[in-house]
Amino acid sequence: MITAGVDVGSISAKAAIVQDGELLTTCVILTGYNSRDAGRQVYDQALAQLTMQAGRIDKIVATGYGRNSIDFADKAVTEITCHAAGAHYLDPQIRSIIDIGGQDSKAIVLDDTGRVKDFTMNDKCAAGTGRFLEVMARALQVDLDAFGTLSLAADKAAPISSLCTVFAESEVISLIAKGASRVNIIAGIHASIGARVVSMAKRIGVRPPVMMTGGVAKNIGVVRALEAKLATTLRVSEYAQLTGAIGAALLAAR
Amino acid sequence: MASVEKIVDPDKARRKIKADRRMREIMANYYMEAKTPKAQRGKKIAWITSGGPVEPLHAMDVIPIYPENYGAMIGASKMGVPLCEKSEEMGYARDLCSYARADIACATVAGGPIGGLPEPDMLVCCNNICGTVLKWYEVQARYYNVPLFILDTPITHTTFNDDMRRYVTRQSEEYIAFLEMACGRRFDYDRMKTVGDLSIRGQQLWQEILDTTMHKPAPMTCFDAFFHLAMIVTLRGTQTAVDYYEMLLAEMKERVAQGIGMLPVEKYRLVWDNLPIWYRLRWLSEKFMERSACLVADTYTSGWTSWMPYVDQTDFLGFMGESYARIFLNSGTDLMAENIVRMVKKYDAHGVVFHSNRSCKPYSFGQYDIQRIVQKKLGIPTLMIEADMVDERSFSESQVETRIDAFIEMLG
Repeated sequence: MITAGVDVGSISAKAAIVQDGELLTTCVILTGYNSRDAGRQVYDQALAQLTMQAGRIDKIVATGYGRNSIDFADKAVTEITCHAAGAHYLDPQIRSIIDIGGQDSKAIVLDDTGRVKDFTMNDKCAAGTGRFLEVMARALQVDLDAFGTLSLAADKAAPISSLCTVFAESEVISLIAKGASRVNIIAGIHASIGARVVSMAKRIGVRPPVMMTGGVAKNIGVVRALEAKLATTLRVSEYAQLTGAIGAALLAAR
Repeated sequence: MASVEKIVDPDKARRKIKADRRMREIMANYYMEAKTPKAQRGKKIAWITSGGPVEPLHAMDVIPIYPENYGAMIGASKMGVPLCEKSEEMGYARDLCSYARADIACATVAGGPIGGLPEPDMLVCCNNICGTVLKWYEVQARYYNVPLFILDTPITHTTFNDDMRRYVTRQSEEYIAFLEMACGRRFDYDRMKTVGDLSIRGQQLWQEILDTTMHKPAPMTCFDAFFHLAMIVTLRGTQTAVDYYEMLLAEMKERVAQGIGMLPVEKYRLVWDNLPIWYRLRWLSEKFMERSACLVADTYTSGWTSWMPYVDQTDFLGFMGESYARIFLNSGTDLMAENIVRMVKKYDAHGVVFHSNRSCKPYSFGQYDIQRIVQKKLGIPTLMIEADMVDERSFSESQVETRIDAFIEMLG
């Protein structure tokens, strides 16, 4: 049985194709203005990578914020359930997930079969999300991809106390004016995300082994900040950003 | 694509509650009388908080008006945002309760549902529901230049002692003296006896109505209770409320007998905590219905019967202070959690939906602890929805929808 998962997030759209539990291919593109088109495009690209006709796919599950706009999917499932299924597939030992995507952050606790036991999400606020990092990268004139590595060179994380993206940005600008080093400011930004997300995760009893998923998992600085707050190491798969799409493809086979 | 199958319901008309029409008539008449010019209506008007002792007002033929019921009307008619914005322009902080903000703003503009509330002759404020009402009613007392009576009820964390009892009983006496002064005549103790009996009867009936949802399928949901609640709030202590609830109870019993549920398919049974999200009632009720999830009970509408154990039918006035001080919302986190655990068992629910209501601090403050207690004691899933009862700016549709979907997926 060949199944596909399409995960349309606020920043990027992801697709995964799975055959009998084996991952065949994955694809990531930017979502842009039209989430419906992005879903179609990322799915088509994934098929093209396999030189496969759409007719070969038995079932499709859509997930992510754009899940209800994917009209070619058989079913829509939330990213919470999909991340749990995807993480369990990538590492069956995983009992908790911290997922930081473009516009939200989540903590999920799962059982030994990959089913969700409890979850929590950030409130209507961009702090502690991928979007927050984008705003900060712009203020610091640093390429977002370099953010993680740069922060590892910090000698002392600059204190950033505000929980609001807009206020935190002004804090960053004041820190620049005061002459704080760029790397220390970036480390401070990561520490503030770590503190915010971990306090949320602890509320639902996050327990190891913990996997980090979502696009922000590519940022080693955030990973380290979370690890410091959680006092445990995080498992980060090379498919971190694709966990939801992979989970969706797996759930499509059920 | 269909995560949720559209349920075609051939019995939709049969499921409609017939008493709804009578309820609308009664509420229209109630507001019509109150809005009749003072010279014609004769009766005085008191604005009173939702958890305030209204019975003495009825005994003195004073029409009680509830700014909080009006707040719900503002929310349901989606007029909350412009009124909240108006209050913010007046200098009130956005963090304040949206009922208070909407009511304070509405008093200053010609508008709002039913063209605004009739002006008060006096104000009666009881802080058993929150601390905000003290300042809110002081603001309105200054604005309308009318006398204000405050009944101060100590919080009942777990127990109620004799000092507390004396404190509230003394204030009940002062309340009677206040009414005698404001109305310019002696208090009618005989009438009070009748009103007290009617109040107790109304509450018994209301609880019986709420308890019909113990039946599977539930003949109504909490979304229906949110509507029919208006009577126990505004007309508690009147024959009208008793007659109406007798009619509604008969209809619910008939639905139970015929096996008519409010949902076409009732797969999950859930308990709701906190006030409704008034401007999203229909949306939420449809979201849950499409997922075959029935909100069978809630802590809010049963709040008006939560003091029944402390009422004494032979001496209503003597126990009034204590019973009003011991309502659900004026208790501590432990008692609130216990109440939810008891409701889950009583109504055989699969999960609890918490509305973390930005406006209502006393209701929302302990919810994370309550959530933990419920999960620990019952091992059932719970859902937290962040919103506000009237201020739509605090509601994010896609976030709430994702949470509801994930919660239902968890229920399996």
